[in-house]
Amino acid sequence: MDVVQAFWETVVQRQDLIIDRTLQHLYLSFSAIFIAIIISLPLGIFISRKQKVAEFYIGITAVFQTIPSLALFGFLVPIVGIGFETALIALIIYALLPILRNTYTGITGVDQAIIEAGKGMGMTSSQILFKIELPLSLPFLMAGIRTATVLTVGVATLATFVGAGGLGDVIWRGLQSYNNNLVLAGAIPVALLALSFDFILKLLEKKATPKGLKQ
Amino acid sequence: MITFHNVKKTFDDGTEAIKGIDLHIDEGKLVALIGPSGCGKTTTMKMINKLIQPTSGKITIEGKDIAHKKDVELRRNIGYVIQRIGLFPHMTIEENVGLIPKLKGRKKEEYKKKVDELLTLVGLEPSVFRKRYPLELSGGQQQRVGVVRALAGEPPIILMDEPFSALDPISREQLQNELKDLQKTIRKTIVFVTHDMDEALKVADEIVVMKDGRIEQIATPKELIENPANEFVRSFIGEERIQSNLNLASPEFKKITSIMEPAKVDSDLNLPSVNAESTLKETALLMLTQNVNQMLVEKDGKIIGMIQKNELLSALAGLGKGA
Repeated sequence: MDVVQAFWETVVQRQDLIIDRTLQHLYLSFSAIFIAIIISLPLGIFISRKQKVAEFYIGITAVFQTIPSLALFGFLVPIVGIGFETALIALIIYALLPILRNTYTGITGVDQAIIEAGKGMGMTSSQILFKIELPLSLPFLMAGIRTATVLTVGVATLATFVGAGGLGDVIWRGLQSYNNNLVLAGAIPVALLALSFDFILKLLEKKATPKGLKQ
Repeated sequence: MITFHNVKKTFDDGTEAIKGIDLHIDEGKLVALIGPSGCGKTTTMKMINKLIQPTSGKITIEGKDIAHKKDVELRRNIGYVIQRIGLFPHMTIEENVGLIPKLKGRKKEEYKKKVDELLTLVGLEPSVFRKRYPLELSGGQQQRVGVVRALAGEPPIILMDEPFSALDPISREQLQNELKDLQKTIRKTIVFVTHDMDEALKVADEIVVMKDGRIEQIATPKELIENPANEFVRSFIGEERIQSNLNLASPEFKKITSIMEPAKVDSDLNLPSVNAESTLKETALLMLTQNVNQMLVEKDGKIIGMIQKNELLSALAGLGKGA
């Protein structure tokens, strides 16, 4: 009981810090996801039209993904300096691949017979995109966004090393002062955030599945 | 209605799919394009709605060169039914069928009635099927929706690309019959691609036999069977069909005299008689209503033979004489 009580006391004591950093964390993560969607979605649609170059673009984002996250933050510091932007750029880079790949897979996975029927019936290519391809690939898009979100919320913990704040700050302070309770007070909210986004987005994903495709 | 003037198509990879065809398709006719795979039948059809552009030559619809028409405009006035059905799985049956009228800018109240009419036409009760999704329907039902979806925009022309070949034999047979009946009421110009000669003989008013990007023969089903233009057409129709005239020998056409046996001396002349010009079907009907097992065949007031019920039954079952 003592352990739990000590932890709780830390949380209460540092609640201002925790709340502040949680908001920072959320702001940073969401900005990164939002921008990553704005980049990946059109790019995914574009490469689904040019299947020859698709592997190339996906390959690039896959290479980004393989850079260890701490190293990526480090690489960016000499280029963009420290602060919010640096963390934002790193997180965007991480979120690109899941969204791009799922957009591409979703759109190219739409049954060609359906596209041919649409085309033969006289639908324009934008009508085919908005009325057929996007609605049918929406569950894939949402799954990509979900993966990217969970990933970003976790990786955003490292933003503290480039001076961008977030819950990483709380964890880092705890580590420096050998205060395990403070480490937990930073780590647990990160885990909770990731889990709850995963849950919420999974619900949305189910909702996004077109009615006719639900079993 | 649709005319091909020396149309050729060479694909980017150098394949000469169409090596110069001239073809005229009359208004209100159901024309089947048939041939072995790779003969260019589908390419020919897809050039009509510009899914494929001809390399040279000209295609006109009602005298107007389609090259000058906008793709989307052209296609909205040509119904399109494909083998893999291609219904939009995320839209209800109603939305699927109503899509073209909607794209054409019609109001929902206007085309809603039309959608119901069309569904009824192919035996799908609107109140049951309107709100269903394609995946909740059987293959045959889906393709019925596929057909009426093509009709919904009230196009004068409909293209059908092997529309029934993915269906099970029973549904296929039903849909072929329904198409024939439907065509009697709607009288559209239908271009029907198939590789199934029985299907072509059954549904088409005119059959275009193709091979290696050329037209081998254009004829009505009857002409085609009676006078195949060359060895290829003959072998493609199949010796069996030509010999037995199987399709034209359907109960509706086949004369009763073909299965008649000579009247025996001791035949009961009190039996009901049937005219020698009657078909198998008519005779079967008579036999049923009269409830007899034998009938006399009469020509110009004379008895020329008699019919046994069993013979008639086996002929109707397609088992051939004496089976």
